[in-house]
Amino acid sequence: MSDMPLTRAERKRQRRIRRFDNPWLNPKLFWGAGLLLAIIAVGILGRLFWDPELVFVGSGIPKMPPPGFENLRGQSGTFANPLGTEGSGRDMLALIIIGAPNSLYVGLMASLIGMSVGIFLGFTSGFVGGRTDDVIRVLSDVMITIPPLLILVVFQSAFGDVTLTMMALLIAGFVWQSPTRLIRAQVLSMKQSGYVQMARLSGASTWHIMFKEMLPNLVPYLFGSFIANVTTSIVTAVGLEVLGLGPQRIPTLGRTIYEAINAGALIQNLWWWWGIPTLLLAVMFIGLLLINLGLDEVSNPRLRKLKL
Amino acid sequence: MSTIPRAYLLNRLLTLFLTVFIAATLIWIIPRLSPVDPAEIMLGRMAAGAGAVADSEAILAQLRQNFGLDDPLFVQYLKYLWNTVTFNFGLSTATFPTPVSALIAQALPWTLGLMILSLIITFFIGNLLGALMVWEKSPKLVRVAIPAAMVFTSIPPILSGLLLMWIFAAKLRWFPLTGAYGLTVEPGWSWDFAVSVMHHGFLPALSIVIVTFGFWALGMRGLMITVQGEDYVTLAKAKGLRPRYILYKYMIRNAILPQITAFALKVGLLIAGQVLVERIFAYNGMGKLLYDAILDQDFPVIQGVSFVIILMTALSVFIVDLIYPFIDPRIRHEVTS
Repeated sequence: MSDMPLTRAERKRQRRIRRFDNPWLNPKLFWGAGLLLAIIAVGILGRLFWDPELVFVGSGIPKMPPPGFENLRGQSGTFANPLGTEGSGRDMLALIIIGAPNSLYVGLMASLIGMSVGIFLGFTSGFVGGRTDDVIRVLSDVMITIPPLLILVVFQSAFGDVTLTMMALLIAGFVWQSPTRLIRAQVLSMKQSGYVQMARLSGASTWHIMFKEMLPNLVPYLFGSFIANVTTSIVTAVGLEVLGLGPQRIPTLGRTIYEAINAGALIQNLWWWWGIPTLLLAVMFIGLLLINLGLDEVSNPRLRKLKL
Repeated sequence: MSTIPRAYLLNRLLTLFLTVFIAATLIWIIPRLSPVDPAEIMLGRMAAGAGAVADSEAILAQLRQNFGLDDPLFVQYLKYLWNTVTFNFGLSTATFPTPVSALIAQALPWTLGLMILSLIITFFIGNLLGALMVWEKSPKLVRVAIPAAMVFTSIPPILSGLLLMWIFAAKLRWFPLTGAYGLTVEPGWSWDFAVSVMHHGFLPALSIVIVTFGFWALGMRGLMITVQGEDYVTLAKAKGLRPRYILYKYMIRNAILPQITAFALKVGLLIAGQVLVERIFAYNGMGKLLYDAILDQDFPVIQGVSFVIILMTALSVFIVDLIYPFIDPRIRHEVTS
């Protein structure tokens, strides 16, 4: 019976079942990743097809609207600046081509460092226990309460200009706590589980237990925590930029918004100036949220039954 | 339940104390590592205002002494800690010689008012919507519309604030663009002032509400899924109680309590988000104070505002931790966690 060749319809049905059985292939994860990849693609392809030199001040006529619109001076937009220009003549399209990947870069970088520190501290805390555990636990409890934005405001107003990487490093100092706590809690509960006990009895080394037995089970949680931290990092970076801090010489989306607000772009109806970076950031955050919801379904099977 | 175990209280107090201590220390150390000298900035401001400053060396020395920069570092640090504990953040350099604490005292009520108001609204709306998402008797429309609205959850309030500002203040002119009350009204306990405050506060509050309710709704949804399968809910249904009664008295009541602890984790981001909303709306709170101080390089104010906001966050977490076991008798204060 099982040797009989399946009909096409049967094979198709089986494929579909298999596809929906794999929790990693859910539509939320797919769309979320798609949105983020689109932004990265704008950053990469944009540099090939559009002149990045146009981000410099005075490369165009200031405050030009996108084609099909008119600004307050009655000028209508041209295709020389498909997304218009901002207050000092920078081309908006070039600005987002350069600026959008910068925001993502800070978010990913900060979160990656935070995650590495978190994995290390979480495993140490869970495995070593005792005083080390106490110190790490209390420290992560304490640091999770301190909003990163305010410490960074103090830092930047004292030091002035920073580079993107520097900002990412600073933010990373505030996003290691949640992965640490998460991994510590999971390690403590896993230590008691049958398969870890079994591995221990069969003489596996601590490293083997950590990375071969435990870590694969933590992957969905780690991913979830990673993405949540990317969001936190970008929010913090944009927050700094909107306060006029952050990198001063590199175009970022937050800084563009800061300049737009200060120049009164809202009253002058220069919607493309603040609106385009805002929209792009919103797309970025929505993409990250979708990925996180998708990962939730992977790690919490009870949610899969519900349609969101 | 009636009293808090001493060990638990001590543990929470220690966390609170350490948080405030570490934050204060960071705020103190960071500017010390920087090459910028606050006394020189002050002098630079005087020079910019008056064209030239006579006797600049003497003034610089005097300013250094006022800021306490001549003492050994350790003494400076201890003095700083004592001053911080007593809310003495020194004098603002931009609006010399106003004490920083006076500036903060003016701004704090606005921030607290806006925060508490928007928090109550989002907690209420978010939890209700989250519950309706799971409840099997909800209308179809609700089940489709809420998840759609949920995508806004991830957007920081500053972005929603910009959008609302443009639509309702710049374009439609229904609400004022900036400020916390009108320039023509006298602050005081008058009807006109109250109306003006509400009129000005509506957009900032709304921009926070529309992006934060989803956080509660998502949490509530997860909790409701768990509660839905509980035996007591099945029993209530079997007893033939009205569905609405089951929803409010059996399901939401049991699911809402863990939501309160979620607040403790989120409060830092909420406050930071609000600071930025205040900055774009030029709302007379801590956010505007901080932003003005950054523009003026007014270190004492930046330090003071940062410290007070971190203190607010830590205190909120502390209070939630303490009252939580009182409202949920299922939870015992545990020393080890």
